[in-house]
Amino acid sequence: MSPSHTAQSFVIENAALLGEAESSIVVENGQITLVRGSETPLTDAEIPDGAVRIDASGLVALPGLVDLHTHLREPGREDAETIESGSRSAARGGFTAVLAMANTTPTADTAGVVEQVWSRGKEVGLVDVYPVGAVTVGLGGTQLSEMGAMAMSKARVRVFSDDGKCVHDPVVMRRALEYVKTFDGVVAQHAQDPRLTEGAQMHEGVVSADLGLAGWPAVAEESIIARDVLLAKHVGSRVHICHVSTAGSVKILRWAKAEGIDVTAEVMPHHLLLTDESVRGYDPRFKVNPPLRTQEDVDAVREGLADGTIDIVATDHAPHPDEDKDCEWGSAAMGMIGLETALGIVQKTMVDTGRLSWAEVANRMSALPSRIGRIEADHGRAVAEGEPANITLVDPDAAYTVDPAATSSRSNNSPFGGVELPGRAVATFLRGTPTYLDSRFEGMFA
Amino acid sequence: MKHLLSTSDLSREDAIRILDTAEQMAATQEREIRKLPTLRGKTVVNLFFEDSTRTRISFEAAAKRLSADVINFSAKGSSVSKGESLKDTALTLQAMGADAVVIRHWASGAAERLAGSGWMHGAVLNAGDGTHQHPTQALLDAYTMRKHLIGAAEGPGAHVETATGNDLAGLTIGLVGDVLHSRVARSNVALLNTLGAKVVLISPPTLVPVGIETWPVDVVHGLDAALDKYDLDAIMMLRVQRERMSGGGNSFFPSPQEYTRLFGLDGDRMRRLPDHAIVMHPGPMNRGLEITAEAADSPRSVIVEQVSNGVAVRMASLYLLLAGEEGGA
Repeated sequence: MSPSHTAQSFVIENAALLGEAESSIVVENGQITLVRGSETPLTDAEIPDGAVRIDASGLVALPGLVDLHTHLREPGREDAETIESGSRSAARGGFTAVLAMANTTPTADTAGVVEQVWSRGKEVGLVDVYPVGAVTVGLGGTQLSEMGAMAMSKARVRVFSDDGKCVHDPVVMRRALEYVKTFDGVVAQHAQDPRLTEGAQMHEGVVSADLGLAGWPAVAEESIIARDVLLAKHVGSRVHICHVSTAGSVKILRWAKAEGIDVTAEVMPHHLLLTDESVRGYDPRFKVNPPLRTQEDVDAVREGLADGTIDIVATDHAPHPDEDKDCEWGSAAMGMIGLETALGIVQKTMVDTGRLSWAEVANRMSALPSRIGRIEADHGRAVAEGEPANITLVDPDAAYTVDPAATSSRSNNSPFGGVELPGRAVATFLRGTPTYLDSRFEGMFA
Repeated sequence: MKHLLSTSDLSREDAIRILDTAEQMAATQEREIRKLPTLRGKTVVNLFFEDSTRTRISFEAAAKRLSADVINFSAKGSSVSKGESLKDTALTLQAMGADAVVIRHWASGAAERLAGSGWMHGAVLNAGDGTHQHPTQALLDAYTMRKHLIGAAEGPGAHVETATGNDLAGLTIGLVGDVLHSRVARSNVALLNTLGAKVVLISPPTLVPVGIETWPVDVVHGLDAALDKYDLDAIMMLRVQRERMSGGGNSFFPSPQEYTRLFGLDGDRMRRLPDHAIVMHPGPMNRGLEITAEAADSPRSVIVEQVSNGVAVRMASLYLLLAGEEGGA
């Protein structure tokens, strides 16, 4: 992919590369042309003519973040989000690529729909939008969609998911796992046994017992994960598990990886931070699927992310208009926005607590999601000479209180309103073009 | 008291104040002219998203006997077929100047949502939200228990002279049936615990919620076992929905007949209760399923009296919400 317009050259100085040594990064024509430790200053000859110089003292430089699990809602629910507003929100959160889930209207289950999403993403140009294809027609769970056509389309789809719904029929799941091997694809499973979760409103446990809300038991997630890792082993396929939320799921994944099964998994920022105690008060902003779990589960997914059992963080950014949240719990839609708060939550729960270094954050939010999504030729690459200039600058000391109304998303259904986060992305570059700049850099790029 | 949403919000003192006020309200109902001027000029809206003629007319009678203007608002809408939203309904009621809204809703938490949303400013009285709470039911149950068992001639409540001003310390109360789906059970567990009574839930394992181990109750999975183990001062038979007891993949029990065999209250089981024990049911009853006619119609049954106590408790609740400290009954 070529940049939509010629990017100018710039130099990032004194950035802590992956949170480590202070470095200078020179970018020309969308590419990183030089990276060197700050102890050896750049010579005048090394600074391109007319280059913008950014003093990044105190900032951390990461490769552009990649979200394997975003809902952009277009086509069909442009009242909630568009590819443009979602892209803007993603860039603001430090992302340079997102994978857009297939549960749109119409469903992204044909080459025509995925190409439409892909080309609209290109037009907007703020992040690379990679459509996810549906595993089954209309997410119906019975008939495989034409995954080959989507894989061979201009959108080059490699990740397939019925997210929002579980591919619950074991035979359909088996066939899908086998079939996507043709084009090195992966099935991303929304692990939720539908029969165990009919009418489910929240995690089943102490809080649901008090609140009188129908329970979503952990076993409904864990039993599907157990089945699918065994299926993946049986047919020799890789499988990806969406939004892991329970301690039991982490144990099953740990076992599966020890067995050598080709499974990867993701966790959402909200499952790293919030518990089902937040549901007391019945505020639908805390309604999400899979639901917020217990502190024990939160501790387990943090540990799983730290030790690599859970490979990546993804957002499950799920915009909903006001009327779907400003209502009683039982009528409310499930899901929460999360692109702009993801990095701050990962810092709060994983970095500031000593569980992950920034280099490991780069691994879990850029390199590994790119590899799982098979977009590693363009994203998730090292911040190094000769690589595309997909760079996110993070200010780890820019503590702020989340204001849901201030988001770039078209929806404001964030559960983090009033929560203090320790840091955030302050600049995002996609192939050398700034796609988000904090006010401190205002006017630097003409 | 600004709202009445859940019995778990009530302190012991709050609860006793409501019960004592209800006693005063009941006393006024013995008079020739039963109508009190207390809430003249106030508007009470009965907002029912779920049909319940019994509960609605009980609240309507309570409000009218306090001279409030009553508006009945029956709103269609369910999780399946959405009608007007709760928010728009609330904005409408606010515009009409409702002083109190009595809300019955299929969604757990709807009353709390209405009270805390800023959509309206009046008092909210929860008349049943999903499978969560039905506080006036628990209050009328506690009122009925206190009246019969505290200050009585025999039993653990005989240690005090009179019911007035007292809690339910020393009593053991059995609740029988579907706890999982029961707002009556949740309301009673919290209130009875606050008032010092011991609660025994007698229920099949399929009909108690996961997480019940944190509740301040004993759980027994059979009525005979419970009657052997405890001297129950009151036994409350919860309403059982027949469709949950039979057939299909969502059944919680093999058959209604087996439920009756293991959990139904008949004459023989009733006679195993202590002599002073009372038999209760929130209504409407499924005669022949959870309770036999012999038990329901026996002299120990206070089921019909629960209905009239309900009016007194609802009068007290409306009075305390709307007249507060300023007026007298």
